[in-house]
Amino acid sequence: MLDLSKYQSIGEALRNALDQFSNELCLIEADREREKERLSYREFKERAHPLSKALQDAGFCAGSRASIIMTNQSKWLISAYAIFFAGGVLVPLDYKLTPEEQWQLLKHSNATVLVTEYPIWRQLSVSAGCGAATNVQTVLVTEAPANADLAGAQRWEEFRDAEEPVFIPRKRSDIACIVYSSGTGGRPKGCMMTHENYLEQCVALTAIYPFWPGVRYLSILPTNHAIDFMVGFFGPFTCGATVVHLRTLRPEYVLEAFPKYKITYVSLVPLVLKNLQKGLQTRFDALPSGKQRVFNALVRINKALTKSGPRLGISRRLLKQVHEAFGGELRAIIVGGAFTEPQTLQFFYDLGIPVANGYGLTEAGTAITVNDLKPFRADTVGKPLPGMEVRIVNPAADGVGEVAVRSKTVMAGYLNEPELSAETIVDGWLLTGDLGRFDGSGHLQLTGRKKNMIVTEEGKNIYPEDIETVFENLPVKEFCVFAANYIWPKGSMVGEKLVLGLHLEPGQPFNDQLRQDINARNNRLLNYKRVHGVVLLNEDFPRTASLKIKRHDLAERLARLDSGAAILPL
Amino acid sequence: MFPMRTLEQTTQEVLDLAAKHFQLPAGSLAPGDDFFKKLGIDSLQTLEMLSRLENHFGIELPDYEVQGVSDFKTLAERIQSRL
Repeated sequence: MLDLSKYQSIGEALRNALDQFSNELCLIEADREREKERLSYREFKERAHPLSKALQDAGFCAGSRASIIMTNQSKWLISAYAIFFAGGVLVPLDYKLTPEEQWQLLKHSNATVLVTEYPIWRQLSVSAGCGAATNVQTVLVTEAPANADLAGAQRWEEFRDAEEPVFIPRKRSDIACIVYSSGTGGRPKGCMMTHENYLEQCVALTAIYPFWPGVRYLSILPTNHAIDFMVGFFGPFTCGATVVHLRTLRPEYVLEAFPKYKITYVSLVPLVLKNLQKGLQTRFDALPSGKQRVFNALVRINKALTKSGPRLGISRRLLKQVHEAFGGELRAIIVGGAFTEPQTLQFFYDLGIPVANGYGLTEAGTAITVNDLKPFRADTVGKPLPGMEVRIVNPAADGVGEVAVRSKTVMAGYLNEPELSAETIVDGWLLTGDLGRFDGSGHLQLTGRKKNMIVTEEGKNIYPEDIETVFENLPVKEFCVFAANYIWPKGSMVGEKLVLGLHLEPGQPFNDQLRQDINARNNRLLNYKRVHGVVLLNEDFPRTASLKIKRHDLAERLARLDSGAAILPL
Repeated sequence: MFPMRTLEQTTQEVLDLAAKHFQLPAGSLAPGDDFFKKLGIDSLQTLEMLSRLENHFGIELPDYEVQGVSDFKTLAERIQSRL
């Protein structure tokens, strides 16, 4: 691995990695059963440099911003490196957002370059939001069909200059990326991450979960997400490891990839991990009773032998068939993006497949705590990573309070939001908005949220105020969206739901017509953003002098209602 | 060579296959149904359903084609465009 303490920027570290590991296998890209390409680190550089030079020819310089909206693939990483090499700031956006949301964030980020795939551009270029982001001057699209109408864009494959680009150095304190953690509907929250944030996070994470040439990481979580950016790009590259991309995420192809490419690590969101658990459990249950007894006995033996820590060699021999289905090389599954149920973590650990669960948020530079597996603890999110100071602010008698973090990995602030930044980072401490406590052995246990928000099992952060626009002009006196857990804390971070608080007009009934109206609006939202029920309050919502709803006060009033009876289904 | 399907035929086949895939009575799904809501499924289960549809229609439907699609009618249109 490179000694990252010597480097000033992501671009500088990656540049040296490409030279140091030039003959190692860098990327594999597959589409269904077809392998599309394999690139060594040298070939990666040969692809990226002409792009970087063409960007420079087009006026891209230190501090210029370029956005990538792409599914996980080689061209994502090639483009990102070309941007960093030219001294640019990367704005990775979620390809799953709607075109309108993407335009809103493109405008907010002030990106001048957009790199995207043809199918995404096809939707972006005809969206109502098109034209809002006049800052976007250069659009590069990949894999456009021969006679396609590019709507003003240029072909990524042809946007190149064979001359060597000039490497543009950046300082550790300079902004490397603007990462949108959430907030697409209302107030975009663009986390300004510095080069130092990434360099320090990489050192901390790879100390616990190391990469080296020969390690193969399967990249499934979107690369715009902080986790995949770190463990599916920067981390493996600085260690000469290989990243495997799949162009389709159908479960059957993902499962095939493990043995086919001898995967060492993979990152998943809790939803996918839970589905994997279900699939495996169904297979185990279908075993004939004799085999099932033997299998269960082997699991019990494995459990006993790995009580104090993972013993991969033993687990692979004991539970050979399970491990072979995963290719026989899998060292750990990294789970992130949302809270994972302890029983799912335990299920995999008992099979000899450690799940690296932890806790983090984009604002803190990915991970704050990680389970160090010494021993494995399914009931906590682990201990703070090296270099992370974590404390509980104003703990109650039971030790529960808001989790705060101070570290070189904490973001510089939110883009164009000095007030929000000052509320979030106080005296160098990032206030996470999550509630938790430390147990006697220094493990962090999370118990709920202080903030009115939810995180879905798919790892999506949803802020209620961001989805309220869809309910504008709903024929009621007042409405407000809440996280049910914010109103009625349940001491857990799984199964979080949104509810719509309504104050009806005098004498107005909550009838089928209103329910249908709400449902129709709800259906316009992506499925993970929808509200799951309605709460009626027969009094005026508390408001500020400027007539904004006082959400916290309103939540306190709603909390007096019994949650079981108060939430009406839609 | 199979005769060209109409959009209505494709839609009906999508509905029949989805009902079969999720073990629902035939005819219980309608084109305008939101499959996340009606079937209570998640995005991963949607991808599983797509594989079945691909095999049936003999096409490849890239993941991006179904991004943001949540009703059978739109899904059938996307399939139809690739037949």
